[in-house]
Amino acid sequence: MGEENKAYSSLSHWISGDGPDSEIVMSSRIRLARNLKDFVYPNIADTESRKKVSEAVKDALTSEDLCLHYIQMSDLPELERELLVEKHLVSPIHAENGTGKDVFIDDKESISIMVNEEDHIRLQVLKPGMQLNKAWEIASEIDDRLEQKLDFAFSERWGYLTACPTNVGTGLRASVMVHLPALNFTNNAAKLLSAVSRLGLAIRGLYGEGSESIGNIYQISNQVTLGHTEMDIIENLNSVTSEIINQEKKAREGLMNDIKVKDRIRRSYGVLRYAYQISSEEAMNLISHVRLGIDMGIINDVDPRVLGELMILIRPAHIQKIHGRELDIVERDIKRAELIQNRLSI
Amino acid sequence: MNCQRCNIRKATVHLTKIVNNEKTEAYLCEECARETGQLPFSGGNPFAFQNLLQGILSPELDSFEQYQQKLECDKCGLSYRDFTQKGLFGCANCYDTFSEQIEPIFKRVHGNTLHNGKVPGRRGGTLRIKREIEELREEMQRAVFCEDFEKAAEIRDKIKELEEKEKKQKQG
Ligand SMILES: [Zn+2]
Ligand SMILES: [Zn+2]
Repeated sequence: MGEENKAYSSLSHWISGDGPDSEIVMSSRIRLARNLKDFVYPNIADTESRKKVSEAVKDALTSEDLCLHYIQMSDLPELERELLVEKHLVSPIHAENGTGKDVFIDDKESISIMVNEEDHIRLQVLKPGMQLNKAWEIASEIDDRLEQKLDFAFSERWGYLTACPTNVGTGLRASVMVHLPALNFTNNAAKLLSAVSRLGLAIRGLYGEGSESIGNIYQISNQVTLGHTEMDIIENLNSVTSEIINQEKKAREGLMNDIKVKDRIRRSYGVLRYAYQISSEEAMNLISHVRLGIDMGIINDVDPRVLGELMILIRPAHIQKIHGRELDIVERDIKRAELIQNRLSI
Repeated sequence: MNCQRCNIRKATVHLTKIVNNEKTEAYLCEECARETGQLPFSGGNPFAFQNLLQGILSPELDSFEQYQQKLECDKCGLSYRDFTQKGLFGCANCYDTFSEQIEPIFKRVHGNTLHNGKVPGRRGGTLRIKREIEELREEMQRAVFCEDFEKAAEIRDKIKELEEKEKKQKQG
C-alpha cells in the first residue's frame, strides 16, 4: 500500500479531476509544434545535428527559469519511459530509442516539452477539466520566451514550418478528453461524433489512433492548422465541446429512471470490487460505469476522481512500477484487480 | 481484391504506413478503414490523416510528375519523391523547394493556403512593427518641426494603422 499511495500522490495535476465541467471533460490539452530554422528536421537529422538542437533548446529553456526538469530519454530505463507515455507526457514514438531525444517536465506535470520528436520542439500544456484557453495562454507564453532565444522556422505565407504538412501554420493541436457514457448507453455517441467530424474536428478513442472508444472516453481535436487564428481554432473546439456536454447531460437525465442502466452500473461496480483478474479494457469500461453511477447519484461511496486516476494507474507500466518488478500479462491482470479494489475502498 | 480486414467488400483504400523505417501496407474497404480510424467519419475532411496523405501525395506518374519527383531540396537533400513517401519535410527550405507542389496539398488538407495565426515577435512580427512605428514617430516629429502638417497627418494615420496591426498580432 505504501507504494500505491506514492503512486497516487505522484499523479499529474491534469488528472486531478478539478476544473470546469470536470464531470464530463476530463482534461484539455494544447500542443504547439516548432522547429529551428537552421537545422534539418529530426526525421532525417544525424546524431550530431540532433545533439545541437538538443543543446540549443536546453540553453533556451534553462535561461528562462521555467522550473522544468530536464530528462534525456536515453538515460531512462524502458519502464520509466513507458510511465511517461502512460502519463501522456511523451508520445510513444518519443519513448523509442534514439539520440538527442529529451523532455522537459514541470513539477505538476502540466507542461511537457519534447525535443527531437517529429518536430524539433513539441510543447504541450495539459489542464484538468475544460481549460483550453488557460492552457493556450501558458503554451503561448512559453512559446514567446523560447522565440526570444531561438530562430524558429517560419514563413509569412505558411506560418510555422512543421515536419508534417498536417501541422503547418499554427502548429497547434488543441484537444479535449471527454467521458460520454450516457451518449453511448443511448446509442447516440456515434451519431454525435460523426456530426462533430464534419466540423473540422477529429475524434479518437482513449489510447490512440482508432476511433473505437475504451471506457467511453473520446479525444476531440482540431484537424485544420493552417488559415485560422489560434483563437478561432480553440473557440471552435470550445463551442463544439460545450454542445457535447449539453447532449451528454441531457442523455444522463434521460437515464435517471432507467432500471436497466442502474442495474448495469451496480453490476459493473460489483465486478470491479470482486474480480480476481481484469484486463485494462474491461476495467476501463466498468470504471466508466461506476463514474457515471457516481455522477448520477447511484453510487455514493466512491471518490469521483477514480476514473481519471485509474485510467493512468491500471496501465501496464504503472502496475509494474507500483509492484516494483516486471509482471507478465496474467500477473498484471491480477494485480490490476487488486489495485482497483484498494482504490475503491479508500 | 477484397478488403484484408472483412474479406467481404472490395478494397478501395490503400494505406501505407511507415513505422521505424518499416513499411506496412493495407488494402481495406472504406467501411473497415473508417472503423479502424484510418478514415474519418463520413463527410469529414478525408485528407487530414497522415496515413492518407501518402495516398494523395503519390499519384500515378506521368512525365510532369516524374519531373516533380526529381525535385530535390538543396539544403537537406530530400527529393519530392522521398517527401511523398514519408509525408514529412526534411527542413524549412523544403517548403520553398516544393512550394508549387505543396500548395494544392495544403488546400486539400486545410482548405486554406495562407497562415493567419501567431507570428513570432522577433522575426517579422510585432517587434518589426514596433520598430517601424518608432521610425515613423521620428519622421513625424521632423515633419512637424518643418511645419509640413499635411505630411505629419499622413504619417500619423500610418502609425495608427500599424498600432492596430500590432494589437491584432498580440492577441494572436
Ligand atoms: Zn472491409
Ligand atoms: Zn529540405
